[in-house]
Amino acid sequence: MNARRYMLEVRGLGKTFGETEVLKAIDLNVSEGELVFIIGPSGSGKSTMLRCCNRLEEPTSGAILIDNARITDIPRRDLDRMRLNVGMVFQGFHLYPHMSVIKNVILAQIKALKRPADEARQRGMELLDQVGLGHKADAMPSELSGGQQQRVAIARALALDPKVMLFDEPTSALDPELVGSVLKVMKDLRDKGMTMLVVSHEMAFAREAADRVVFMDGGYVVEAGTPDEIFGNPKSDRLKSFLSRVSGGAH
Amino acid sequence: MDAFIDTFFNIDIMRQAFPLLMKGAWITLQLCAFVIILGLLGGLALALAAVSPRGWLRWSAVIYIDFFRALPPLVLLIFVYSGLPFAGINLSPFVAVIVAFLLNNSSYFAEVFRAGINSIPKGQTEAARATGLSPAQTMTYVVLPQAVRNVLPDLLSNTVEVVKLTSLASVVSLSELLYSANMARSVTYNSSPLVLAALLYLAVLWPLVRVVSRYQRGLAVH
Ligand SMILES: Nc1ncnc2c1ncn2[C@@H]1O[C@H](COP(=O)(O)OP(=O)(O)O)[C@@H](O)[C@H]1O
Ligand SMILES: [Mg+2]
Repeated sequence: MNARRYMLEVRGLGKTFGETEVLKAIDLNVSEGELVFIIGPSGSGKSTMLRCCNRLEEPTSGAILIDNARITDIPRRDLDRMRLNVGMVFQGFHLYPHMSVIKNVILAQIKALKRPADEARQRGMELLDQVGLGHKADAMPSELSGGQQQRVAIARALALDPKVMLFDEPTSALDPELVGSVLKVMKDLRDKGMTMLVVSHEMAFAREAADRVVFMDGGYVVEAGTPDEIFGNPKSDRLKSFLSRVSGGAH
Repeated sequence: MDAFIDTFFNIDIMRQAFPLLMKGAWITLQLCAFVIILGLLGGLALALAAVSPRGWLRWSAVIYIDFFRALPPLVLLIFVYSGLPFAGINLSPFVAVIVAFLLNNSSYFAEVFRAGINSIPKGQTEAARATGLSPAQTMTYVVLPQAVRNVLPDLLSNTVEVVKLTSLASVVSLSELLYSANMARSVTYNSSPLVLAALLYLAVLWPLVRVVSRYQRGLAVH
């Protein structure tokens, strides 16, 4: 099935904070154009794993490869160039509040990617249109709803033409009625062939859009498979109890 | 009543003293310009050092900032002007005042900038770094503009303090505004020049103080 090449490979990834071992030998592959979904209880290390993939967090052991380049071997001073290949979307959006929407999307294109200003602006407008917010280009982030802010944050990450997009609970901070617009943007992105690794509790979206679902618990990948396998036929007790808790309406 | 007006609000004497006071005000203005501009730049550099990931740099900056904030500026001024000559370093009153107040004031500005930088959520830095911006670019385009905006009232009120501070320069016989006024007083045997100097300070500082407190009220409403 996976004749496609891997765009993101995580091999034996370990991470300790002081005394606590948060990740214990995580193995995970994402093929080009694949959307892999990560689920798991709070505190299981999902964010830490994602943050290791662009080295916002320094792995303690193991290796991570992006498009066959070992990013875990890159010296610190060369991290910035590597990060252009890895887009990241945070739960809290983190738009720059002192800049207009379009400036948010342009900044790193000009300063990090060294794109000429007019080209950056054009690419920025393209992406704002893609996330349905072309008409908000000159608005300030504070004038936007949470859902709109998150879509701008997605455009900001996409503007650098990354090879992989990482999403860390992109809809968890949103009012329920705003979740759909963000998920739709992510679905479009997937249909365009973007490689995506998504941490989220939106199980319905996982069923609809994910190629594979990975269940993490206690710093391990406990179970992985297609959405049908994971949701329809969970094998481990931990996954079963997690799924019953989540569908039990706790979320 | 007439005696009172004659002693403190004698228009004739004020008129006579006015050119001298203007010369003094010009020196005060120059002192302020040097101390404020260099103090802001030095303060910013110190603040950046104080939030640096390099331990030795951070600790040097923190020690500098604490030391010069704790030392009374007048002690510092007299040391620089009267103490350093014993080590063969002779500074003119003007330079001594600038050096002493710069040491003092850059540490105050540094503390304000540092508070501003620390007020910016970590998510801002992480979002910027995740898009490939370098630490310096992140500081320049993302953190500092927000930090400065957050501490603008404190920067302004520190600026007011600098203007007041310059009147201490009269103790090293630098003929700034207060020194000139006091000189005029001793020549005319009349206190009106001092009142005039006070009015000049107030004319400049009162509006600034108003702006600061309006700004702080505005922030508190948020
Ligand atoms: N910077 C940190 N320092 C210490 N402990 C941390 C840090 N970041 C995360 N942790 C700990 O690591 C564990 C996993 O956190 P996280 O990756 O955020 O889990 P998840 O995203 O699955 O909820 C938690 O117990 C958390 O307290
Ligand atoms: Mg998390």
